[in-house]
Amino acid sequence: MNKPTYCFKTEALKKTYITGETEVHALRGSSIEIPQGEMVVLLGPSGSGKSTFLNIIGGLDQASAGQVYFKKKNISKLSTKELTLYRREHIGFIFQSYNLIPSLTALENVALVCEIANNPMKPEDALEAVGLSNRASHFPSQLSGGEQQRVAIARALAKQPEVMLCDEPTGALDSKTGIVVLKALMEANEKSGATCIVITHNVSIAQLAHRVIHFADGQVSRVSLNKTRKQPEDVEW
Amino acid sequence: MLKHKTIISPLNQKLLRDINHIKTQIAAIILVMAAGIAVFVIMFGVLDSLKLTKETYYDRYQFADVFASLKRAPDTLRNKIDEIEGVSVSQTRISFGMTLDIPGLIEPATGKLLSLPDTHIPALNQLYLHAGRMLHPNEENAILADKSFFEAHKFHLGDALSVTLNGHLRTLKIVGVVLSPEYVYSIAPGALMPDSKRFGIFWMSQSALAALTNMTGAFNDLNIKTEHSVKLNNIISRVDQILAPYGGLLAYDRSTQLSNFFVENELKQLYSMGMMAPMIFLSVAAFLVNVVMSRLIATQREQIGMLKAIGYSNAEVASHYLKLVLLIVTMGSLLGLFIGTWMGAGMMRMYAEFFHFPILKYSFSVEVMIFAVFACALAAVIGTLFSIHHATGITPADAMRPESPTVFKISLLERLGLHRQLSFLSRIVLRQLERRPIRAFLSTLGMSLALCILIFSFFMEDSMNYLMDVQYELIQREDLNISFIEARPLRALEEIKAIQGIIKVEPIRSVAVKLKHQHYEKRAAITGLSNHPDLFRVIDEDLQPVDLPAKGLLVNKKLAELLHLFIDDTVEVEVLEEKRTRLRIPISAITQEFIGLGAYMNIHELNRLLDDTPRITGASIMVDANHSAVLYQELKKIPAIIGLNILSVLRQIFEELMAENLLKMVSINILFASFISFGVVYNTARIALSERGRELANLSVLGLRQSEVAYLLFGELAVITIASIPIGIMFAQQLAMAMSHSMDTELFRIPMYIANSTYAFSVLILLMSTLLSFYLVWRRVKQIDLVSAQKGIT
Repeated sequence: MNKPTYCFKTEALKKTYITGETEVHALRGSSIEIPQGEMVVLLGPSGSGKSTFLNIIGGLDQASAGQVYFKKKNISKLSTKELTLYRREHIGFIFQSYNLIPSLTALENVALVCEIANNPMKPEDALEAVGLSNRASHFPSQLSGGEQQRVAIARALAKQPEVMLCDEPTGALDSKTGIVVLKALMEANEKSGATCIVITHNVSIAQLAHRVIHFADGQVSRVSLNKTRKQPEDVEW
Repeated sequence: MLKHKTIISPLNQKLLRDINHIKTQIAAIILVMAAGIAVFVIMFGVLDSLKLTKETYYDRYQFADVFASLKRAPDTLRNKIDEIEGVSVSQTRISFGMTLDIPGLIEPATGKLLSLPDTHIPALNQLYLHAGRMLHPNEENAILADKSFFEAHKFHLGDALSVTLNGHLRTLKIVGVVLSPEYVYSIAPGALMPDSKRFGIFWMSQSALAALTNMTGAFNDLNIKTEHSVKLNNIISRVDQILAPYGGLLAYDRSTQLSNFFVENELKQLYSMGMMAPMIFLSVAAFLVNVVMSRLIATQREQIGMLKAIGYSNAEVASHYLKLVLLIVTMGSLLGLFIGTWMGAGMMRMYAEFFHFPILKYSFSVEVMIFAVFACALAAVIGTLFSIHHATGITPADAMRPESPTVFKISLLERLGLHRQLSFLSRIVLRQLERRPIRAFLSTLGMSLALCILIFSFFMEDSMNYLMDVQYELIQREDLNISFIEARPLRALEEIKAIQGIIKVEPIRSVAVKLKHQHYEKRAAITGLSNHPDLFRVIDEDLQPVDLPAKGLLVNKKLAELLHLFIDDTVEVEVLEEKRTRLRIPISAITQEFIGLGAYMNIHELNRLLDDTPRITGASIMVDANHSAVLYQELKKIPAIIGLNILSVLRQIFEELMAENLLKMVSINILFASFISFGVVYNTARIALSERGRELANLSVLGLRQSEVAYLLFGELAVITIASIPIGIMFAQQLAMAMSHSMDTELFRIPMYIANSTYAFSVLILLMSTLLSFYLVWRRVKQIDLVSAQKGIT
């Protein structure tokens, strides 16, 4: 069997939400291929469907219609149990609001994934990779926003996943911290070959990526490739 | 590469810290659960122990199945008894009442003297020797005493008792101390409470007692052991037929044998309490677990989403929360088991004072405990699983998305236009209540149950006090009553009146009868009283005194119910004494009484119907308190007097008993009920804070005063507490009525009566535990950092 060149492929992907008493058409038929090993940025205004798309390919949500393939495997047909396994084995997540467990220390938050991953790093090594060894025993309430996000990155990296999905990882951070976060992501992409998909509304960050997918109104409006990639230090905040 | 494993896994670490964060809530639930398990263990532990002890005792000491008293029959009649189909063993004996002059006791004590076979141990109702020795054959003037009487007077073996037996003064020596299955609960005929100081049971050798009572070759008491699975009614009917010519007073079985009746009644009460109270506690505990867990899971919705996002399965997430539930159940069960076992042993000591078993061991069946814990755990787990299922049933993305704003609606009062008097804060409170009607309802129910338990725990004392008040202030207003060995001529009344210290005397004539109406019949006694009795009165259902009409029978409500009698019905009366006259008497009134099956009529009419010269069997006496000591000494010397009751002493015994035992039970119930009310209010308040902390912080930032914030937080709870009061009162009344109904027996009835002070006190306790919860939660509110609260951290 040929090794698939894409990491993800979607066909006519649709998603409709019911929030309170309103119906929201978050995705209106997105079809795209994302190659393996690339750093990809999903760009678009608020409500354009980026997060929804990320959630679906990450197995966090299920599409209302359409197909999603992860390396030729159709994940839109997977059961809840199978999706959990899929995320466990292949996906690392970083969220804008960090989503750390407030009652666990930084080290314990990272150890959470090490307990269940197939091939994890040591939690101490993951924290060191993001420069937070000295904050291992601190609770999230004792960490700054940037530090919390770095813990979240360490948690994702510790799994050594094939795919890193990042939803606005620098959204709540200052420039200095944001650069550190972006560097860690790029390093993960370059060293381990993990496919990194990053959501941002900062156009400048898009210049770090191999590929930029533009979302508008629940659909992919266009895809652009960066001939040259900038470094995190060059990003404008 | 090996998976990284920590000593305590991160999820378990999270569990421990979550527990610490809500430790007071968890502690409150554990207390409620422990109370339920404790009551279960206590009641069923005592029940099992008493049942086993009773059955073993009865079996080993050959407790009889059928009992009968009669005037006098030859010993040879026993052969006829033995021929009855279904009779396994029969035993005849002599039974005589006597009065005792006890040093240090002003009034005479009474006793029952029973015969023991000279040459062998009795076939039935055998004795357990506690101290001393059994009687020698034909031993004269020696007796065995029952243990409680012996110990109440601190007698020693060899002590002599001065007694009046069959009209003669005798001195009898105590040579042994025994227990009998016939007198596990030792209570004098006509009394309400056991009184070991003034009533005792004694045994003497058959030949010696026969000689003293002119009963040689005769008997007046019969016990029968039946074969298994026989119809007792057939045997009883046949026995009645055989004994009728000998003054037989109708045979009866264990169900109405006084001692066994009280023991069985107690077991029945234990069973009812053992079923009812734990169900309440454990239901409330399960409800609280569900409320706390659902709130915890709701607040950790995003964390659950994140756990699922990184690859934790629904089962792993569910087991994380179930561990907390199982921890609560385990802690509650262990604490409940410990408290229950400890209190159960204490309760058995209490029963040892009442029930005279040779050995009273406390034990309980583990199966019963396991069942209780399992039932509670099941309820708690099921409740939690619903919440977990709801949280894990949504996709991780939805879980991590902020919850959509809570759906609120205009409240019902507002829709009805009744809100104009309400402040906007009050409207928020109302809308909050209507948003979760089921939770509000269940919280109200929990509080109502707490109040119900509080009121109910005082109910027994209230109703017993009421019973005593009715009996000893409305019915029996005499200072003392006496009964004679046998009916005396009316002039005996004048002789009694002449004794110094007596202010007033009223005659009593009591006759044992069988009453029959349609196909219903009952053994009872007709008591003849004077036309307008003032000391021993008859009262109607409105508690008003009733004059005795010249003709006709007055029966109490219970007797009327059993015989299906109404006013103007005619009842057939078979007199069981002497001439065994048969009469037909109309019912002239239905009376109110809580003790026995009373039937009354005018003494003159009774004497006339019996075709007798006017006679009395006793008297009600009003005494001059200044001369009571001298009077009692005189009464002790009268050999014809076989029974004497001083009513103030009876009342005092009752009050001591209540103070000692009922108070303990009431205190325990108050404590346990407080657990429920505190548990429900504290958890509801704490959860309200957790749900609305951010909102309340916002309002503080906007400028609301602390009192207004407190009103918003506690307003909902205040409504629930106030609503629970009438519901709790109603529950308590229903429960009391059910209890009163279950204790509606021939021997006594417990009236359905709850004092106003009980309602007030119970509501006060409820409010106090509510206020305590408010205070604890309010302390937390004051500690909230407004900035953190804006982020949802409370």
